Amino acid sequence: MIISSSVSISTQRAFPWKKNLILLLLVAFAIIQVYPFLWLVLFSFKSNSEIFGGNIAGFPQSWLWGNYSDAFFGGKVGLYLFNSVVVTGITIFITLFTACMAAYAITRMRWKLSKPVMVLFLLGMMIPLHATLLPLFLIFSKINLLNTYWCLILPYVGFGLPIAVFILSGFMKNIPLAMEESAFIDGASVYRSFFLIILPIVKPAMATVAIFTFLGSWNELMFAITFISKQQMRTLTVGLQSMVGQYATQWGPIGAGLVIGTIPTIIIYSIISKQVQNSLTTAGAVKG
Amino acid sequence: MLPASLIFLCIVIAPIFISGYYSTLEWDGIGKGVFIGLENYKNLFFGDRNIFYGAIWNSLLLAALSVFIQLPIAFMFARLLAGGIAGEGFFRTVYFIPVIVSTVVIGQMWLKIYNPQYGLLNQFLESIGLGNWKQQWLGNKDIALGAVFVPLLWQYVGYHILLFYAGIKTVPQELIEAARIDGASHLRITFNIVVPYIVSIIEICVILAVIGSLKTFDLIYVITGGGPLHATEVPTTLMFNTLFHRVNYGSGSAMAIFIILECLILTLVIRYIFGRLSYDN
Repeated sequence: MIISSSVSISTQRAFPWKKNLILLLLVAFAIIQVYPFLWLVLFSFKSNSEIFGGNIAGFPQSWLWGNYSDAFFGGKVGLYLFNSVVVTGITIFITLFTACMAAYAITRMRWKLSKPVMVLFLLGMMIPLHATLLPLFLIFSKINLLNTYWCLILPYVGFGLPIAVFILSGFMKNIPLAMEESAFIDGASVYRSFFLIILPIVKPAMATVAIFTFLGSWNELMFAITFISKQQMRTLTVGLQSMVGQYATQWGPIGAGLVIGTIPTIIIYSIISKQVQNSLTTAGAVKG
Repeated sequence: MLPASLIFLCIVIAPIFISGYYSTLEWDGIGKGVFIGLENYKNLFFGDRNIFYGAIWNSLLLAALSVFIQLPIAFMFARLLAGGIAGEGFFRTVYFIPVIVSTVVIGQMWLKIYNPQYGLLNQFLESIGLGNWKQQWLGNKDIALGAVFVPLLWQYVGYHILLFYAGIKTVPQELIEAARIDGASHLRITFNIVVPYIVSIIEICVILAVIGSLKTFDLIYVITGGGPLHATEVPTTLMFNTLFHRVNYGSGSAMAIFIILECLILTLVIRYIFGRLSYDN
């Protein structure tokens, strides 16, 4: 104990400048990654006369909370926030539900097409969503689905499914068959064993899926600007774009709107940052 | 099983084939399209070539910058972080913030940073006495592309840091210790032990960086929309404008199909290169 601590002190003494240099680099990089957001928050509290009068980077002389109510009510960011919550919520629910069932069928039931279906889902991960934009637009307009929540939910689920199925089935594969067998012997149905045995065990994998589905649909722009033209139905990404046009040169409310749109993500991230990081890197690793 | 497959088939798979069919039509959205075979593809590659080739070139340039600048920076910081420094978790969390924020927010924020009169960048240059470096960052067609690339690379660097970091953490500590005792330098350990050990992670990062660059849309759409004078155009923005502003469904669909094939082929090429690399080792 004594020896090891003295060794670590001596190595630190030997290279203090090196350690400090590394720390300096890391801190500098952290500032580069975060300072723009800080600046955004600061100008969201300022008035135009203050920003254009020379105080661009400093703290606001008076904190204008009015910018936030302007953006929330006047800029309709509150409405967009609500729409995004609805679309994202339903998307996550449907993705989880259908992906769990699919993963269960692929890993647990013996049927002919189980392998080809998996391969199809895997191929689906590589398909860029751009190629489906026009066909979906025309189909949705034909069946009067444009400007509804469903015209966004359906594609978000469709594109979230492949990775979801992949991660969930990878997880289910590792659950010992014996657990279910004993349940079946005790007289449980397939559904019962699915809901009472499998689902509780795959909870962590479901959290992973839920997080990247959340980020994917919350931040999605291309489908949203194409399929939604009615103000009443706009989600945050489209809504923020139009709010920026509405306020044009008024930086304060624009900044406030952007901050409001980011708050839910930041709240989730600050509570479960580790899981968010894991979720995205898992999804990325699967894709690559 | 059924609902997932059904949604997936209808929303993802079927539209691809429909896109393929549209790409053989001359169609402005009104009435019925006329079948013209591969004419749209011919026009893309041999017709009004500058804009489309320019867009492809821009996305390839972005992919190259991403692989040769963004990834090395990410690797360097991942290596520093994984070397056991105080506040590892804190730095990781902070670096990752831009990754999770909506691209629309990021784009609008950078529009303000680049604002010629009141933007952060020009004000900063002025305050450190470099006022004559001030630019119309997004209005000048010679520098707009570079100006758009910076936020693109900036946003996702944290993502690659995290992937590399996770990879480096799997390198057995004994291996590094043993090399250090044998007198290997930090650099040697990095290139002779760490890099070979995490080749598969590097492959994933390269694929994500390249494919991500080829598919990039949101940020460029928000910041410049492809302008000025197509200077920052990439295939996806050109496709979007062709479909919904010029309402040329055939040509736009041909671009969509091109983007799919381009991504597919480059993924295979990268896989092949890395396959050869690990074979040689």
